[in-house]
Amino acid sequence: MERNQQLRRQLASMRQSLFDQGHLDEQFILLEELQDDANPNFVEEVVTLHYRDSARLITTIERALEKSPLDFNKLDGYMHQFKGSSTSIGAKKVKAESTQFREYCEAGNGEGCLKTFQLLKRDYATLRRKLEAYFQVLLCMG
Amino acid sequence: MSTASSSVTVSDQFPAGLRVLVVDDDPTCLRILEKMLGTCLYEVTKCNRAEIALDMLRTNKNGYDIVISDVHMPDMDGFKLLEQVGLEMDLPVIMMSADDSKQVVMKGVTHGACDYLIKPVRIEALKNIWQHVVRKRKNEWKDLEQSGSVEEGDRQPKPSEEADYSSSANEGNWRTSKRRKDEEEEIEERDDTSTLKKPRVVWSVELHQQFVSAVNQLGIDKAVPKKILELMNVPGLTRENVASHLQKYRLYLRRLSGVSPHQGNSFISSHSQEPPYGSLSSLSGLDFQTLAATGQIPAQSLATLQAAGLARSAAKPGLPMPLVDQRNIFSFDNQKLRFGEGQPQHMSSGKQMNLLHGIPTTMDSKQLVNLHHSAQSLGSLNMQASAHGNPSGQSSPLLMQMAQPQSRGQILTETSGGQVPRLPTSVGHPILSNGAAGAMLAINGIGENSRGTGYNSVSQTSSVLNFPLNHSAELPGNSFPLGSTPGISAGMSTLTTKGGFQEEINSDIKGSGGFMPSYDIFNDLQQHKPHNWELQNVGFAFDASQHSNSLQASVDVTPSVLVNQGYSSSQRNVQNSNVSAMGKPIFSVGEGSEHGIALNVGQHLNSLLVDNSTRVKSERVTDTSCQPTLLPQHFGQEDLMSAILKQQQDGLGPAENDFEFDGYSLDNIPV
Repeated sequence: MERNQQLRRQLASMRQSLFDQGHLDEQFILLEELQDDANPNFVEEVVTLHYRDSARLITTIERALEKSPLDFNKLDGYMHQFKGSSTSIGAKKVKAESTQFREYCEAGNGEGCLKTFQLLKRDYATLRRKLEAYFQVLLCMG
Repeated sequence: MSTASSSVTVSDQFPAGLRVLVVDDDPTCLRILEKMLGTCLYEVTKCNRAEIALDMLRTNKNGYDIVISDVHMPDMDGFKLLEQVGLEMDLPVIMMSADDSKQVVMKGVTHGACDYLIKPVRIEALKNIWQHVVRKRKNEWKDLEQSGSVEEGDRQPKPSEEADYSSSANEGNWRTSKRRKDEEEEIEERDDTSTLKKPRVVWSVELHQQFVSAVNQLGIDKAVPKKILELMNVPGLTRENVASHLQKYRLYLRRLSGVSPHQGNSFISSHSQEPPYGSLSSLSGLDFQTLAATGQIPAQSLATLQAAGLARSAAKPGLPMPLVDQRNIFSFDNQKLRFGEGQPQHMSSGKQMNLLHGIPTTMDSKQLVNLHHSAQSLGSLNMQASAHGNPSGQSSPLLMQMAQPQSRGQILTETSGGQVPRLPTSVGHPILSNGAAGAMLAINGIGENSRGTGYNSVSQTSSVLNFPLNHSAELPGNSFPLGSTPGISAGMSTLTTKGGFQEEINSDIKGSGGFMPSYDIFNDLQQHKPHNWELQNVGFAFDASQHSNSLQASVDVTPSVLVNQGYSSSQRNVQNSNVSAMGKPIFSVGEGSEHGIALNVGQHLNSLLVDNSTRVKSERVTDTSCQPTLLPQHFGQEDLMSAILKQQQDGLGPAENDFEFDGYSLDNIPV
């Protein structure tokens, strides 16, 4: 009981910090709202789907960024997909960086793309880690 | 997913059960959408590949009501999918993307998307997507009406001769009246129907193929209607038919090659835009007018019809629900428009058939009639019918409405939504002007209702419907047994239902390359079993009883007949589509072939009517005249109309072929 309360508190604080730090936006809340008895792990399910798909895209973009010259069209296309997926789970920071990356693509700014991509990767990893921890606690709560 | 089809019980829960196909290569989005749509109580099928989605749509033609697709997909561009769906299945398609730039959204519009959602999609946005289904059907209905009813009732009553289709004078009047209506309702398109008021020619696949080969033979530059006509060597086809068809074809080709004609939609769209068939638009306008004049069609029926039209979901742009009481469309409780098909049977259950799958349409027989009318270019008949002064005048306004929108030639296959030709709006026009008030009502009802929905069960206006069908059919004017309307009402409902089916038909239509879709539809329609028709009749009869609008009884019956024809399930839709798409009354083409339906239908209808006169017995409708023969499947609406007309004729009098309208003072129909 007490442990449960503790967990709940922990969970709440983890969740809150994700929002406070700008990692997540209200889209995440909408996902939580969609969760119901019929789909009790809906949010986790969606987040998992997202990470599976987005990891693949990250790799693809990385490889594309190694090419020379850069194919901005392709890069933009990949990033568009990535952005769409990130938006769906409410990944706020990552979404902003995706937009930035696309703008650089449009401008043909390879440097800008590379730089932005590094930031994006970092924030993407952070969010992923935090969400995984969050769901772990959620699971513990049963 | 939903295979529902048969249950017609959707209406009460509509929009719950709406069958949505969602296509997105992003698994995250797909899952979220699936969940959201499920929360909206829709039946969701998800798909991550456009090609697979197309296969699913093709194999399960009437299995879906609406498609939601992402724009950027690896295997196929979302817009291309949009076009294909519009052409082949004529379902409403919603595009979505994280990209909200104006160009992309515009592209969605030009390709015929009925909506564009920006990702992340909110559930609130999804809650209302059913409106697109309803709207499309309504438009289809309208188209059908318009195309079907070449003559509006208020025009001078056309003598029975079938041949007398092209009465420019009539058309002129009709056009005017229709125009008014159209303007009121802002029905977009089709103006040219008025010029040609000939019986609608149904451009079946074969016919179209003949046309295309003739054009190719001559060379697209040298292809002039006269030469094409000679090459085609189709008896009964006029130069004008070919000319208007050629015009559409050209637009279509232009669109294919990247230049969009005014609409940028598929060929069909172009068609619908300006109803080449003349009848479409004119019909709708007229029909409604006449119908309105007769005042018979209860607003409800009109609404139903509209709903029916909606069911068709013809991508008719701008087909606003005609005057018809739009609210009727939503009064689905009585009629359940089934989103899918299989309604006909229901009709017999005495309830208005909800043609629209899942969309409850309160089409009463009138609507059906209207639908029919539009579908068929009954020619003067239609007009007459409506002209014949419906006593009630109330429905007139409804009728008016109906007439207009429908004539979209688009019905068939518009890119975006490919509206399958819905029953020509002619349904609206009161063909039977004869004292068959019921008939008028039916027509009115149909006209009104059908306008929007296309197949609302027009219970009352069944009579109206008949008219168009017969165009020449002379609906036995006087003796139109209105009393039996009950049956008609039933029929009307069927009509509405048909509207619903239209959608389905669309799916059947696989445009060969896009252009054909509309034609295919017709073919499909033709192939549809007639029995649908019968079923509808039955239902029709029931509805009629429900409506028992006084006169309508007899009239009502017919509509069902008509409806059945057109709508009974996808097949019917096909029919409808034919009707509407072509905008031309089936009669014209059919003349020779089964399409003679108009006449037949009329007769049939009459017989139905007759039966109805005693009471609306749906059964009678079916067994009697409703035979499928009346309405070749492809006619869909036209069939209905003819059936109705026939019935009326029978009801009215006797002879089955005694379609002379003398009894009907169609011209008197106040528009």
